[in-house]
Amino acid sequence: MADLAIAQELNPALVLGKPGYADVTRKVAGIVEGRMPRVWYIAIACTGTLTLALAAMLAYLVTTGIGVWGNNSPVGWAWDITNFVFWIGIGHAGTLISAILFLFRQRWRTSINRFAEAMTLFAVACAGIFPLFHTGRPWRAVYWLFPVPNPALHIWQNFRSPLIWDVFAVSTYATVSALFWYTGLVPDLATLRDRAKTRGRKIVLGLLSLGWRGSARHWRHYELAYLLLAGLSTPLVLSVHTIVSFDFAVSVIPGWHTTIFPPYFVAGAIFSGFAMVVTLMVIARQVFNLKQFVTMKHLENMNKVMLATGLIVGFAYATEFFIAWYSGNRYERFVFLNRAFGPYWWAYWTMVCCNVFIPQLFWLKRVRTSVPAMFVISILINVGMWFERFVIIVTSLSRDYLPSSWGYFRPTPVDMLTLAGSFGLFLTLFLLFVRFLPMISMTEVKGMIAADSAHSGDRP
Amino acid sequence: MKPLFSKSADKHLRIVVSAILLTVAAAITLSAYLFRPERADTGYQPAQPVPYSHKLHAGNLGLDCRYCHSTIEQSAYAAIPPTETCMNCHTRVKAESPQLQLVRESYATGRPIPWVHIHKLPDYVYFNHRAHLDAGVSCVTCHGRVDQMAEVRQVKPLSMAWCLECHRNPAPEIRPRELITKLDWVPDRDPAEIGRELIAKNHIHPPTNCSGCHR
Amino acid sequence: MSERNPCNPVSLPGDEFPEGASVLDATSRRTLLKLMGASLGLAGLTACSRPVENILPAAKGVEDQIPGNPLFYATAMSLGGVATGLLVEAHDGRPTKIEGNPDHPFSRGAASAFHQASVLGLYDPDRSREVMHEGQPSAWDEFAAFAKGHFSAMAAGERLRFLSQTVNSPSLEAVRAQALNRFPQAKWIEYEPISEDEALAGAELAFGRAVRPIYHFDKADAILSLDSDFLALDSQTVGYTKDFAARRRVASEKDTMNRLYIVESQFSVTGAMADHRLRMRSGDVPEFVADLARELGLLPAGLNVLNNDPRRRWLAALARDLKKNAGRSLVVAGPRQPAAVHAAAHWINQALGNAGKTVTYVETPRRPQIAALKELAAEMAAGRVETLVILGGNPAYDAPADLEFSRFVKKVAVTIHLGVERNETGVLAKWHLPEAHYLECWGDARALDGTASIQQPLIQPLYGGRTAVETLALISGHKDQRAYDIVRNCWLAQWPGAHGEKTWRKCLHDGVIPLTASPRVEAAPDAKRIAAALAARRTATGIEVNFYPSASTWDGRFANNGWLQEAPDPMTKLTWDNAALLSPATARQFGVANGEVISIAAGGREIEMPVWIQPGHADQSISLALGYGRTACGHVGHGAGHDTYALRTSAAPHVVAGASVTRTDRTYKLATTQEHHSMEGRPLVREASLDTYRKQPAFAHKPDEKTNLFQLFPRFSYDQGNQWGMAIDLNACIGCNACVLACQAENNIPIVGKEQVMRGREMHWIRLDRYYGGPEEDPRAVTQPVACQQCENAPCESVCPVAATNHSPEGLNDMAYNRCVGTRYCANNCPYKVRRFNFLDYHKDVQEVEKMAFNPDVTVRMRGVMEKCTYCVQRIQEKKIQAQAEGRRALRDGKILTACQQTCPADAIVFGNINDPQSRVTQLKKQNRDYTILTELNTRPRTSYLAKLRNPNPELA
Repeated sequence: MADLAIAQELNPALVLGKPGYADVTRKVAGIVEGRMPRVWYIAIACTGTLTLALAAMLAYLVTTGIGVWGNNSPVGWAWDITNFVFWIGIGHAGTLISAILFLFRQRWRTSINRFAEAMTLFAVACAGIFPLFHTGRPWRAVYWLFPVPNPALHIWQNFRSPLIWDVFAVSTYATVSALFWYTGLVPDLATLRDRAKTRGRKIVLGLLSLGWRGSARHWRHYELAYLLLAGLSTPLVLSVHTIVSFDFAVSVIPGWHTTIFPPYFVAGAIFSGFAMVVTLMVIARQVFNLKQFVTMKHLENMNKVMLATGLIVGFAYATEFFIAWYSGNRYERFVFLNRAFGPYWWAYWTMVCCNVFIPQLFWLKRVRTSVPAMFVISILINVGMWFERFVIIVTSLSRDYLPSSWGYFRPTPVDMLTLAGSFGLFLTLFLLFVRFLPMISMTEVKGMIAADSAHSGDRP
Repeated sequence: MKPLFSKSADKHLRIVVSAILLTVAAAITLSAYLFRPERADTGYQPAQPVPYSHKLHAGNLGLDCRYCHSTIEQSAYAAIPPTETCMNCHTRVKAESPQLQLVRESYATGRPIPWVHIHKLPDYVYFNHRAHLDAGVSCVTCHGRVDQMAEVRQVKPLSMAWCLECHRNPAPEIRPRELITKLDWVPDRDPAEIGRELIAKNHIHPPTNCSGCHR
Repeated sequence: MSERNPCNPVSLPGDEFPEGASVLDATSRRTLLKLMGASLGLAGLTACSRPVENILPAAKGVEDQIPGNPLFYATAMSLGGVATGLLVEAHDGRPTKIEGNPDHPFSRGAASAFHQASVLGLYDPDRSREVMHEGQPSAWDEFAAFAKGHFSAMAAGERLRFLSQTVNSPSLEAVRAQALNRFPQAKWIEYEPISEDEALAGAELAFGRAVRPIYHFDKADAILSLDSDFLALDSQTVGYTKDFAARRRVASEKDTMNRLYIVESQFSVTGAMADHRLRMRSGDVPEFVADLARELGLLPAGLNVLNNDPRRRWLAALARDLKKNAGRSLVVAGPRQPAAVHAAAHWINQALGNAGKTVTYVETPRRPQIAALKELAAEMAAGRVETLVILGGNPAYDAPADLEFSRFVKKVAVTIHLGVERNETGVLAKWHLPEAHYLECWGDARALDGTASIQQPLIQPLYGGRTAVETLALISGHKDQRAYDIVRNCWLAQWPGAHGEKTWRKCLHDGVIPLTASPRVEAAPDAKRIAAALAARRTATGIEVNFYPSASTWDGRFANNGWLQEAPDPMTKLTWDNAALLSPATARQFGVANGEVISIAAGGREIEMPVWIQPGHADQSISLALGYGRTACGHVGHGAGHDTYALRTSAAPHVVAGASVTRTDRTYKLATTQEHHSMEGRPLVREASLDTYRKQPAFAHKPDEKTNLFQLFPRFSYDQGNQWGMAIDLNACIGCNACVLACQAENNIPIVGKEQVMRGREMHWIRLDRYYGGPEEDPRAVTQPVACQQCENAPCESVCPVAATNHSPEGLNDMAYNRCVGTRYCANNCPYKVRRFNFLDYHKDVQEVEKMAFNPDVTVRMRGVMEKCTYCVQRIQEKKIQAQAEGRRALRDGKILTACQQTCPADAIVFGNINDPQSRVTQLKKQNRDYTILTELNTRPRTSYLAKLRNPNPELA
């Protein structure tokens, strides 16, 4: 018993209260089958409204022109691309958790991966909006950006342009993570199907679960497919944001033209992604009372990851400054001094505080394990990460080579509503997800229980 | 209890799904084929306000294109002739013909004849007749055998891809300068060969960059 | 992608001159509906998705009119009573582009911003469209009938007055003589708000007769400008810029340059070019001149105000320099300076033996105008004027405020106003008559030295306007005399015999009438009178306000011209507004910042103006641009800026002393196109003194900039055929905006309006970057024209996802507008920030008639598309096709001129084939002053700059 206690101490259980398989199913499936709490309805009302606002803003944008935003010359990209990079970043945690941690056999990922993957998809969906709608003529961009043969013109895309790489990177990422997510869902959908009462439910879930019967063969194929997809998505986690960072790294603009961007962006992405997972997880855990599956250990681990990636990001900021000075390039130097002390100093210091200073609190176990604390911090981190993209994009553009062309960017209400709307869309999708799909992978949690109970002796 | 799905459900599902995918793919290819420029734009043959027959004038009577379209060698535009030009002959020939009513009116009142535009390029394309004729590109290259058309119709797609084909390989379409309006000209040897010689002689290098046609 | 290509010969003749909706009566609407029905029917018949589009060839051909080929006509435009010869390009009968007339002595191919923009004025939809009688639409016939009755009843016309702008038209003079013959008691008053009165009075004072100095800057080695912006606002002719620039251009370190001193209050374009600039209140200049005269020994030494003043040294050095260059020096007095200063200038020029060399004098019919106008106002006030005929001009807006013209004009029984627009005066007049634009009507005009040109129309009057000549003829009883006959007869009378007709045709073609310059006069200044006048001057104390013409609206007449309104002021870079310009010190003294509104009181009058801090402005002095705050000028200029005439009196029309300033707590938004004014130590405009240049001829090159440019992939070799390049001589460029306007006219560049400019979305393809260097209080200013540099390694090209911008084998950075999807990535990645994006549909409000101004050879870009300079590729293509047709493969150098190059009064811009070792551009690029900006980025720009030089006086260096 003692050694068990120590073992518990060193490696706290990932599922509390030793539930049986049935308990897991009852708990998780119950959420989907039961009525939603009132707060859910209130939430979706708000987010739904915001989503409509997004639709309205985009319609206004397309019919009137990019001029409805604050973009100008020299600041050709502003909140549009900032939001794009931000959302793509958010998308990273999901795949990282489900794929990389899976390959590394990080067992603690199980009860949060479904959740995180869903989030990935929705974030990518939000991100996808901006590259299309930031163009002056989206009705053309929508098919000229894809390599569709064009018999009337006989001209192709410019494959030297990072924006084209983006198109491929993002669409691939979206596809693979969708597949990965769905594959993981199949056994759980089957469970839901089996519990389904109404015929309609039965049929829909039946179709979705692709006739899963849980036979050994099914399980073998399933495990294999899941492993393969995990392997597939792993490089994507790194590639997507690397390529997004090329949009900037490949340019000649001081502050963009930097070799450090790929690792720096990936770290930042994971950083913000985890922050978003924590934010949402903390709420869901509270509302649907999932404390026994999403334990403090999960949360703490995620906070540790944030601390680590936060440090990487902070290091990247420092490196940028050092190189700017070390390179002896007058324009480079100016840009970084300008970031910290120019007209956009407020954005820069917001970013530094939120991304570098505040996460340091996670060194303290007390903070790391305090739900309110991590909730606030994770939100601040996302604010900081949004500002990071804003700082990189806007301050660099606003003052580049010729002082005569310097200009200051001011957002318009449309800019703001569009950003708010993208959050609306994201959260709406998320709320629908928790309403209709098991937000925790029952299959894997059951696997965990088996494993846990294995070394704690008794079978459930 | 009775199973939700029959044994064959799986099979059916696969069939249905693949069928859907196939139809979508087919639809795309088909529309791409149907609306390819060659089809979409060629064959346009609107009714003209005056039943003017190129077949009669350019073909049977053998009028040179430049008798009416007199500006092609000086200007970017192949101007439609003023009513005057028609009346040069038709004050005497068929002076009473009811078909020429509109022409006579126009000549009397000075109100133009509303000819219908057939060979139309987009506004952002700056095609220059003069340049092409100087290079020895015949009318027939773009307009076809107008001298055999009672009613003119568009026979070439006039799409960018189509233009580029020739701009990248002009030789087959280049002929001696003096033969440009001889629509029925049949070269005695390989036209490309003749073209190559002329290209070398007159230093013809058609532009293939954007500003060649777009400004 | 674009709007209807304006060049397409599709457009009903009827539509060419669209009437306002007001006249679209029931019947025409019905016909319209019928037509629409018909066309729909046709569309139905041709079972095809394509909408039916008609080609409407003219029923009768037009002589030497080949559809699609532009024609050029010589004509002339007058501004402030001085004409400049122009060549106007017409596409299918629509004038679209103004160019200088190379054969005209005061244009020599150049044209100013005002000339360039005048073509837009022709198509201004707010122009006066119909005769108005007491506010009601009327017609010329009705007016003719009225005039017949009214004027034939008139005996000697002792209660009849004519008021016109400065008359510089021989034919008008002739008709005026006729009229005054008919009405011997009538008086004719001329008035221009931008007045020459002081200069005339100065000449009167010096020589006792009305003469006008003609300057020969090309012969002057040392030039002193006394508060004269002779390169821009005070120039009256682009010819002066040509001559001046000729002496700034140096081929090598062995060449010489002229030296320019300037004494001025406001920082002018000329001041920016100066080698030595002394900022002082305009009111102090007379004292300065007196001291200069003393220094030169013209006045007895003695009471010397500048005696113990730092400026003393400056003055001494200047005086020595002028003496040293006796016969090759030149003193120029500005129109805002009092007669004494002009007289003194004449005196000094004569004393230094410059007269007859660097300055000559011609007789001028001009007489001081303000006094005459004042007299008229008095007569009107006393009710002694019964009929007032105003031929052009806008006295109700721009007459000195103390004359209360708009009040007294109501006391006149019959006022007749002829004007291109129904302006403040037209609104008050009993009869308003639409005047024909100069591009619409026959006329003639005299240039600075009297050289006459025929002004021939390029298009029928759009709105049935008539000229002053015709109106006057009508008034004096000759009913329908057409301007053509009047002008033609007026000249044929001078060329009797057979070849009169031939001469007429030749003059029409050349745009100049030979041997019409006024005779030169040798005049000796009267030293005693001048000395007395100088002694009489007392320096005014306190804050002074001085008025100067606006670089955009001139005296207000161009207020409704969008191109000019949006053209940034050469120095302040303000658009759509004027402001109270203060020196930084004075601003601190009043505790005001940019955009804060101050109230300026002087001579019992008061106006409120937003502040704009102008480094290098004289302290204790405020400069106000005239010509803003129009109330009846049309939708473009309405509400742009503040009316400063309200502060201007006949007593002090140029400089008001003893003004007082009070702060208000209000602020006003000013739109500027440049927010940062220092080069931040970046080597953009490279500058050195002539001496430095002689010591180190390669000063313009940084040692390391061309080395260690490494390129991974092999470079495309641009050594075949034509390779286009451009060289811009910063030493010649004065930053006058002519190129900006020329580019706008040539390339269909839209205007975006004040709000959009404030958002930083102006569309100019070529911009003039103006940087200040040195102390804030008294900086040097440099100007650098920047358009697309046509980089061989263009950063914009590699990042465009849809390949909408690519490189041509001739080294052009092509734009395929219709391929652009508007990601703006190219603009972000352009280090020179010369790409312009259509953030909104800037052509939305363009009316039919305005579309006639479009250049049919250039696509009109739609919203969401990127655009930029292409080295006027349409001109390149046209000339290449011509050459091919004429069997010449090699284009002659100078055959292709870009719009900016062609109009540049300083000949600072040279474009050509850099593959041709003989071409001028190659020669310039060979010079040791030649450099490219941001070379270290290895963009390999095709546009290079020739470093700027100053030629300071060694004594002051």
